[in-house]
Amino acid sequence: MDFYLGLIQIIGVHTLLGLSAYCVLLTGQVSLAQAGFFAIGAYVAGMLTVLLHWPLVLALIVSAILGGAMACAVGFPALRVKGLMLVVATAAFGEAVRLFFFNFTYQVQSGAILLGPHGGEGFRQIRYFPEHGWGTLDVVLFIWTIVVLVMAMLWWMDRSRVGAVLRAVGEDELAAQSTGINITAVKVSAMTIGGIIAGIGGGIFAHYTTHIEHIQFGIVLATFAIAYPILGGLSNVFGTLLAVIFIQGLLIEGLRFLGDWRNLLFGGLIVLAMNIRPRGLLDAGVLMTLKRLVSRNGERKGA
Amino acid sequence: MGNAKVLELHGLTKHFGGVRAVDGVDLTVASGEILGLIGPNGSGKSTIVNLICGLFPLTAGRVLFGGADISELPPHTRVALGITRTFQNIRLFGQLTVWQNLWVAQNSGEQRKQNFLPRWLGGSKGARAEIDRMLEFFDLGHKRDELAGNLAFGEQRRLEFARALAARPALLLLDEPAAGMNAEEIEQLDSRIRKMRQNGVTVLLIEHHMELVMSVADRIAVLNFGQKIAEGTASAVQSNPVVRDAYLGTTTGA
Repeated sequence: MDFYLGLIQIIGVHTLLGLSAYCVLLTGQVSLAQAGFFAIGAYVAGMLTVLLHWPLVLALIVSAILGGAMACAVGFPALRVKGLMLVVATAAFGEAVRLFFFNFTYQVQSGAILLGPHGGEGFRQIRYFPEHGWGTLDVVLFIWTIVVLVMAMLWWMDRSRVGAVLRAVGEDELAAQSTGINITAVKVSAMTIGGIIAGIGGGIFAHYTTHIEHIQFGIVLATFAIAYPILGGLSNVFGTLLAVIFIQGLLIEGLRFLGDWRNLLFGGLIVLAMNIRPRGLLDAGVLMTLKRLVSRNGERKGA
Repeated sequence: MGNAKVLELHGLTKHFGGVRAVDGVDLTVASGEILGLIGPNGSGKSTIVNLICGLFPLTAGRVLFGGADISELPPHTRVALGITRTFQNIRLFGQLTVWQNLWVAQNSGEQRKQNFLPRWLGGSKGARAEIDRMLEFFDLGHKRDELAGNLAFGEQRRLEFARALAARPALLLLDEPAAGMNAEEIEQLDSRIRKMRQNGVTVLLIEHHMELVMSVADRIAVLNFGQKIAEGTASAVQSNPVVRDAYLGTTTGA
């Protein structure tokens, strides 16, 4: 049972990571910096609860603010470049953050042990949950409350004019500019929202794993972050959730019995999925079919 | 329809490397006027539209809108002030619905304030009604929930025209709106452009379809190799030997 609860936690946190890239992808920008914001959120929240004994929710709020502020600061220079250059620029930022934490040591004596981040050895003993008597189920509920809140907000944003504007910029920047959209403001805002969500996700991640180190926030995590929304499709937020369940639940955990061959199959399946469903698992066609099914059922009930 | 000048170009110049795409063009458009801008391919017509919209910086010269210098303003600010455009090669947001295409284009200064208010505060109610009216006017009401990318060519042209009007422009720049249209569609376009003028919109019309330009424009300016070579009424321009040279390549010793 604990295995499945653990998996549900992972899916929740990775959904937040994927959603942070989803916002940015809507504006047509591919950012590999999301793992960097995630790392900042993780270390900041961990230090606040472990070293300063802050309540978790407060620490997560600070993580969100810092993640967002960093994303906004990175957004202005990074978004001056486009396409592959943006990928390179954001990847460089992500690596810079990782290397910062690789070299970052700030430890405080607490009884017999030293607490706090310790360079390459990482940041151990983030024991907020056990110390405050949270069981695995409590943690699962906590994570998913946040995931549902974030998804609801993004869903609402998608339906509003803001969502349409983000997509307009993603589709054709020149046309968007010429219809009066301030594309720099839109892109930096999307990046900032993404940074906020990644910051929260990282903060939660630090607390359920209890031990973080720089290597976890490398290019692989950044790639996962953009793989989720791309694989799931940009029609709505559920595509990202579906892709996280598909990758984390089915591929990574479900194929564990294959040993090292799993990674090979994993890559192959993503290529296959992208070829069969170029617009993502949940594309406009699937949504149309679902809508038709729902409305047909509604009619039947009405009749 | 006063005599106030909506748009003034003073010595407008744009060089791309060694190419003088636009070379010292002076042009004035009066309020309520329909000005036709014609010229052979590559004479700099589209570049002028792009410069008025602010898509690239000027090499030299100034753009005045309603008397104020807007040469340094970014494109979105110019839209908020009241300049919108269509594109020669249609550029719709294909993955948005027809309705959404107009929704995202409501960016005049006034509309921006309204759109900030949420729907339940009645913020965008007027804006929504405006979109519906616009779709009816362009005969696209029945397509409102379709993806713009799935529309037929003529419908896409109409939608782009509607999108350019969504921000309530004072000056509308039409870049070859009749390209690829059949005779009937061109007739409709003609009447819509006139209707726009009645509603107080000033129009700068770039077009290769001479019948349309001659019929609808009050005045015509002719460009060749980035320079203005003639300006005047349709008949004056038609009989101008310099214009005939530019188009037909004959030498009349002008």
